[in-house]
Parts: sequence; structure tokens; C-alpha cells
Amino acid sequence: MTTVTQDPAAPGPSLESRGIRLGDVLFRGVAIVAAAAATALLGLIAYKVIEQAWPAIEHFGLSFVWTEAWNPVEDQYGALTFIYGTVVTSVIALLLATPISIAIALFLTEIAPRRIASPIATLVELLAAIPSVVLGLWGILVFGPWVAENLEPWLEKWLGFIPLFGGTFYQAGMLPAALVLTIMIVPITSAICRELFSRTPRDLTDGALALGSTRWEAIRGVMFAYAAPGIAAAVLLGLGRAFGEAIAVAQVIGGSDHINVSLFAPADTLGARIASQYQGATSPLQQGSLLYLGAILMVISLVTNVCAQLIVRRFEKQRRAV
Amino acid sequence: MSSTTPVPGDPFDITTRSNGLRRRRIVERLFGALAILSALAAVGILALVLGTVVAKGLDALNWDLFTKSRPLFGQEGGIADALIGSIIIVGMCMAMAIPFAVLVAIYMSEYASPRIATFLRLVLDILNGIPAIIVGIFVFGLLVVGHGQSAVYGAFALAILMLPMVARATQEVLDIVPRSQREASLALGVTKWRTTWNIILPSAIGGILTGVVIAVARVAGETAPLLFTSSIAANAVSFDVSHALPTLPVAIFAFSESPDPGEQAMGWAAALVLIAFVLVMNVLAKIFAGRKQRQLEGG
Repeated sequence: MTTVTQDPAAPGPSLESRGIRLGDVLFRGVAIVAAAAATALLGLIAYKVIEQAWPAIEHFGLSFVWTEAWNPVEDQYGALTFIYGTVVTSVIALLLATPISIAIALFLTEIAPRRIASPIATLVELLAAIPSVVLGLWGILVFGPWVAENLEPWLEKWLGFIPLFGGTFYQAGMLPAALVLTIMIVPITSAICRELFSRTPRDLTDGALALGSTRWEAIRGVMFAYAAPGIAAAVLLGLGRAFGEAIAVAQVIGGSDHINVSLFAPADTLGARIASQYQGATSPLQQGSLLYLGAILMVISLVTNVCAQLIVRRFEKQRRAV
Repeated sequence: MSSTTPVPGDPFDITTRSNGLRRRRIVERLFGALAILSALAAVGILALVLGTVVAKGLDALNWDLFTKSRPLFGQEGGIADALIGSIIIVGMCMAMAIPFAVLVAIYMSEYASPRIATFLRLVLDILNGIPAIIVGIFVFGLLVVGHGQSAVYGAFALAILMLPMVARATQEVLDIVPRSQREASLALGVTKWRTTWNIILPSAIGGILTGVVIAVARVAGETAPLLFTSSIAANAVSFDVSHALPTLPVAIFAFSESPDPGEQAMGWAAALVLIAFVLVMNVLAKIFAGRKQRQLEGG
């Protein structure tokens, strides 16, 4: 009996003393290196993108951000057109996608019977799996013409007094880009909202229903209050995705060097401009300016994402404390 | 006291609420209808996009598509070069990303302190949120400048996108492997790395595969990083990974901007091939996810 000298609950030290730890040390070392490399990667990406944009940043300074210009002939460049396009397309997409996503999530968690809900949830997820370049192909060849022939005349008829909804109809422009982005972010935000709603404690909503509120009142008063920070994070994640989407937008937005008031007219976003012009960049300054656009895009999407992640984390901590 | 004679408009008095009941019922109905409508709209859009791709893609689908390369101006041709290029690049990307991602996940779940694990989760989530085109610019500056484009750099760019997806998915399944499995193995005197390798990874394999398959489906359709790293390629079948290879997404991107109906038709066919691949991957993911459920419940 006295031969057992080690605490059986702590096998680590016993193995250590017998010298079988080499594999452990190696494995642990490799895992640590991999994790450190992943962290370093994030910093390296930020550094490399800024470094490449540096010649243009030095040349134009910060005023690049609010200059509306893109003139390869005179080598004059500015980002305002693209920042405007990025913000407007993404905000429209967000305004449309948020209520739709919440409604889909509520349908799946509150209304639909389970047998219908799970296949529909799968289908909505599949919408997110469509590669953006395929959505863009559909956008430019099928959806864009439909928007120009049907949606834009209809919008002008009813909302034409607002300058946003006026002017010539185009197959490629701000509006189809915003709608394609809507299609891309609905599955993302609705999946997160669905997760949030399904985790709302049942007794809270049951309590509201027992007090005589209708289902909608219970959802509005209890679920939304409970899930509000999570919904905000979901919206921000969708926004980050919309900001960063380059390919599908490049295909449907038409490309414009200056800001147009009408949503029907061609425009351009940061990502789309880089994707469509990078190969044709003639001067080093033009290429540098494209990379400057990239640096701006990176900063915007990093800020959006970090905010979203911090909200998610605070929300999770709160919920664990409850 | 005053409860017998309710003040008109008192929001807490249920006896006067009956007037609002009609409005509340209408709102309730409206909400239900809008929720159903939204779900139908999402499914409808999916059907519309898939239907269009299938219909237009099938029209253009023929044997030449898979045996010939991209044509020069108006000739007959196919997408064989892009298909092979895509397979090679995605294959290399998997070889780079998966072992790395699984190691990161093992570190997070088995070795790291909770604080470091939380920090790494944040890093991976932020990495996941970086736009694909920024990753393209990064790899362009890191490798392509001075060396020229190559399939390897393209695969590297896709691997950066794949890393956080696979690492997060893996870490999440590793975290739900029951503690008892680890403890049983350690109690038998098995070293920690053997426990991880022989006990924990096998029981998490269903979940890891689900994550891998979904990530593969995503990166296979990525265009933006490849524009910077593997887009200026000859229109011919090639296996030389030290040069840029044509790929399906880049080909679709080029076809979609072409005014030539023949090229547009090939764009639809290429899109059909890509979508079919993505759908198959998603079905596989469902199967693996089902297996994971059973295994973890059984274990």
C-alpha cells in the first residue's frame, strides 16, 4: 500500500516524473505556435495593407477621404464617392434586411410548427451558401434588368418626388447593389436572431402570455427586450459583411467616378472599385490609391466587427450571470 | 376605492381595454402574416436564383464544357481549365488550413487558460470578419509583389479565410466533448497529447468535418482573393502551381461582365457546376452533423 506515493487524482506529475512528457511538450508547443501565428496573422494583415497603401497615404494625406475624384488622366484620386456608395448600399441593405431577418427568425421560432421550421431554416441557410459571384451573375443578367424595367418605374411613380428615386432607369446601379446585399445578409442576421429568440427563457414569454398579452405583445415586450443587444450585434455583423462584399457589388453597381443623387444611377463602393480596377490600374499612384481604398475599407470593417464582437461577448457574460 | 369607477384611458385597467382589443388582434394578425411573408420571400429568392442558374446552366451544359478550355473570342470552348484550377487551389488551401486550424482549436480547448482562449476566440472572429478582398490585398503585398501570381499564393489567401471558420467550428465541438472522456483516459495513465489525438479528436470528428465541409464550400466560391493572386492565367488546362491557374469563380466573374451571349451562357454553366458543388457540400455537412449528434450522445 505504501508504494502508492502519488496522488491518483493528479496523473500529470506522476507521468512527468517518469519522463513520458516529451510528446506532451512537443504537441503543446506546436499548438501554441499555431495559436500565436493566428494572432500574429491579424496584425500582419493590418500592417501589410497599410504599408502598401502608404505611398498614396503620404501623397494625398487624410484629405483623400473626403475628396470626390477619380481621374486617372490627371492622376487625381479621392475616396468620397466610394465611401458614400459603400455606406448608402449597406445602410439600405440593413434597413431592409433587419426587419425581414427578425420576422424570419420569429416565424421559425414562434409561429411555424417544428416540422416546417427546420427545413425552412435549412433553406434560408442555403441562401448564405450561394457564392457571391453567382449571386452577382444573377444580379447583372436577370435581376438588374428586372429592377430597371419594373421596380424603378414603380418607385419613381410613387416616390418620385424624392430626388433619390428619380432620373433615368439603369440595369446596374446603387439600387440593385443594395438589394443583392440585402439577399446576402438576411441569412446571416436571421440565423443569429433565431438563435437568440430560441434561447429566450420560455417562462418569461409564458408569463407575458398568461397576463393576457397577444403573441406579438409578448414578443415585443419580452423577447426584444431580452435579445436587444444580440440583435444589435447581429445587425453589426451583417453590416460588416455588407461593407466588405466586393465581387457581387462590383458586378451589379455599374461603376461611377462621382456621386449620383439618384439611387437608380450607377455608383461604386470601396470593395467594388478595388475588384474592378485593380487589374487595369495604369499608374503607380492609381494602384496606390486603390490600396488606400482597401485600407479605409479594412479600418471600417474592423471597427464594425470589433464592436459587434464586444457586444456579443458582453451579452453572453450578462446572460450567464442571470 | 377608485377601482370600481375606472378612469378612462387608464392603461392598466383591463375593463376598458376591450376597445383596444380589435386593434391588438389586427396587429397580431399583421405580425403573423408579415413573418410568414418574410420567410416565404427568403425561400422564394433562393428558389428564383437556383432555378435560374439550373435552367440557364443546363441549356449551356454539354460535354465540351468539361473537356475544353476557355475559348478565344467567339469560339466554342469550355471551363475545363477553370474547373481543374479550382480543384487544385482548393485542395492546396485545405492542406494548408485544416491542420493549422485544428491545432489552434486544440490549443484553445485543451491547453489555453480561459482568458487566453477567450482572447483567441475574439481574434478568430475578427479574422473571420475581414473582407475577402482585404485578404487578397494582404497576400498580394506579402507574396505576389516581386514574385508574380501563383496558384500557391491563391491557395494561401483562401487558407487565411478558411482558418477561422474551421478553427472556431473545431473548438466548439472540442468544448462539448464530455469531460469524463478526457478524465477516463488520463486516469488510465495515457499522456495528454495521446488522449487528445486518440480519444478527443475521434469523438469530435463529425463536428470537425461539418465545419470543414462548410468552409470548403465557402472558399470554393470566393473570387476576391483570387483576383489578386491567381487571375492572370493562360486559358489552358495546367497543373503548374507556380503560376496563376484559372478558377471557376474568377471565370464566372469575367463571363458575367462579357457582352457576348456565348460567354454569358458559359458563365451560367460554370455557376451551375459551382452551385452543385456547394449544395453537395452542404448536404454532406448535414450528414456529418447528424453523425456528430449521435456520437456525442452515445459517448
